[in-house]
Amino acid sequence: MDLAADCVVLSAILFGLGVVGFVFKRNIITIFMSIELMLNAVNLAFVAFSRQWHDLSGQVFVFFVIVVAAAEAAVGMAIIVLIARNRHSLNVERVNLLKL
Amino acid sequence: MSPSYLSDYAPLLIHILAAMIVAGALLSLSVLVGYRRPSREKSEAYECGIHPTGDAREPFSVKFYLVAILFILFDVEAIFLYPWAYVFRDLNPGKSLAGFYEMLLYIVILLAGYIYLWRKGALDWNR
Amino acid sequence: MTPALADAYSLAPVITACGFGILIIVGDAFLPRGGKSLLARIGVVGALASLAAVTLASRHTDDAYSGLIRTDAFSLFLESLIFVITVLVMLGSYDYLVREGLPLGEYHALLLFAASGMAVMASANELLTAFVGLEISSIASYVLAGYRRTASKSNESALKYFLLGSFATAFFLYGAAMVYGATGTTRLDVLREMFVAGRAPGPLMLLGCAMILVGLGFKAAVAPFQVWTPDVYEGAPTPVTALFASGPKAAAFALLVRILVTGFGAANATWFWAIWVSAVLTMFIGNLAALTQNNVKRMLAYSSIAHAGYLLVALAARSEIGIAALLYYLVVYALVTLGAFTIITHLGEPGERRLEIDAYAGLGTRQPFTAFCMTIFLLSLLGLPITAGFLGKFYIFDSALKAQLPGLAVMLAMNSVIGAYYYLRLVRVMYFTEPEQEWTPEPVTAGVGAVMFLTAVAALGFGLFPGPLMTFATISAQSFR
Repeated sequence: MDLAADCVVLSAILFGLGVVGFVFKRNIITIFMSIELMLNAVNLAFVAFSRQWHDLSGQVFVFFVIVVAAAEAAVGMAIIVLIARNRHSLNVERVNLLKL
Repeated sequence: MSPSYLSDYAPLLIHILAAMIVAGALLSLSVLVGYRRPSREKSEAYECGIHPTGDAREPFSVKFYLVAILFILFDVEAIFLYPWAYVFRDLNPGKSLAGFYEMLLYIVILLAGYIYLWRKGALDWNR
Repeated sequence: MTPALADAYSLAPVITACGFGILIIVGDAFLPRGGKSLLARIGVVGALASLAAVTLASRHTDDAYSGLIRTDAFSLFLESLIFVITVLVMLGSYDYLVREGLPLGEYHALLLFAASGMAVMASANELLTAFVGLEISSIASYVLAGYRRTASKSNESALKYFLLGSFATAFFLYGAAMVYGATGTTRLDVLREMFVAGRAPGPLMLLGCAMILVGLGFKAAVAPFQVWTPDVYEGAPTPVTALFASGPKAAAFALLVRILVTGFGAANATWFWAIWVSAVLTMFIGNLAALTQNNVKRMLAYSSIAHAGYLLVALAARSEIGIAALLYYLVVYALVTLGAFTIITHLGEPGERRLEIDAYAGLGTRQPFTAFCMTIFLLSLLGLPITAGFLGKFYIFDSALKAQLPGLAVMLAMNSVIGAYYYLRLVRVMYFTEPEQEWTPEPVTAGVGAVMFLTAVAALGFGLFPGPLMTFATISAQSFR
């Protein structure tokens, strides 16, 4: 039981790091990696809870999250490459044609 | 977290520390004791005796990225085959092949994506 | 009926949409360059077939796929709405795609995939199923937002939508993980039973609920998570904006209602104040920001935020008439916004140059039918009597009063008055201002004309004869009993 609780704490820390990275980093690739970190924190939490409840469905969820994250990554990388080609920069602050 | 759980890792920790000390000692000894006479020839990158041309860190072609992404996609989709294989007998009670056909449908959908890629020339390296 | 077949029936619209999407993708790979317009036709047929398949799904209204999917009047209502939206978006965008030289095949396939994801969201009865539906629709939407590949604004729109969308998804998922950790289940009906049995939500559960709300708040573009909306709506190709403002918003609200009312319904004190505050913020931010816009797309983007606020008021009422009012308003708002964006698409000219409000000057004399339809849409968004928008707002107002929420009801009325300013401003420009430079709008094509006509008829028809739609909405709201 102890191990599951520790994993949940670790996943919360990883998720928090992902959020911090998303908010403060300026490079698109790094922001993208922060999102991946958040999704993997979710996976860790699911596995830990799955162990805690002795229920395998938590591990099946992880498969779905992994597959969906991969599909999202493919589309995201395509968008980023498009931006890099058109702008020659990967700094989010330069992506500012539309005012926020 | 129990103390015994952590103490299992003690040998590993000692090993890491020992490795760091030995490596650090050797490196600092060579810095302290050795002679140093730098020259232009010496600081150049070694390319089999030929003069180096250009930077080693060239940007990768976008083609690599495309192939990598396609690989990731099809590779990760295959993840569903593992749990499916594990419960294959339960999915096909008696002589029915329902579970088999369901997975076949999944593969056919992936195949449709593959055909699309192929015909659109995404797998054509020279384009 | 065998169990597998019964399950397939309840997902018939989703399966149909995906099937046609795959057909288009494969067809696109083999058709010669000149024959792609066939794909657009297959797309419209596919969307219509999915709409017809909703009747198939209605034959099996029950839990399906061991409780992951639930087909009931509510899901049928939203699936019908989603596929009607898909058909209309397809009809309205053909000429745009040809004008801008954009590929036809992928566009229609992506629309069908996005619609199938939204349909899954409407019928999901389990958090991870909802997540899969959310992502199917979102991933297709990211691509659609960047569909004008060479236009920098479109790229930027796609990037912003992608980054903030996946950020929101991660929040939703982490919330789902917390709920799973607190209860050992992600099924909404099981959660409901736990709360009905008198279990109080613990801290883990509250955290999970809050994070799910954050994630869905992003998707539904409600304050304080609305910042991405104007940028994404402005940069995306206009027909895609029409979809964004109607389809995903309807699906996100469907999921929000399903999760809050089914899953957390018996513990509604936990989320009531969050919805209340968000409703107030969303209404005011949307309407006040829309006042200062000069770009029509941006103005309607802020207006769509404001309307999300009205929908939240109906949700905060926490009653059956509240949900019925929400559903009625959702239909009216979605169709009317779709019609307005279709007119913007039509008048946009190559490269989407004509988007300023002043560019609409003199439309009333140059193309009376278009100007008339636009006026109906704007008046319906404003909520003037006779139009459907008025009745929608009235139902929401009524449900808020009956739920003892006079504050929200008053703020709803105030915001309608603020909204009048910017809607009427566009009407005034169309009819009473002469353009500085002479221009002739392009003639209305069959597809665009059909969308304008149908949505205008809906805006007036649902206003004059609200009976059938309201009955359907009421029956749908009763499926949460």
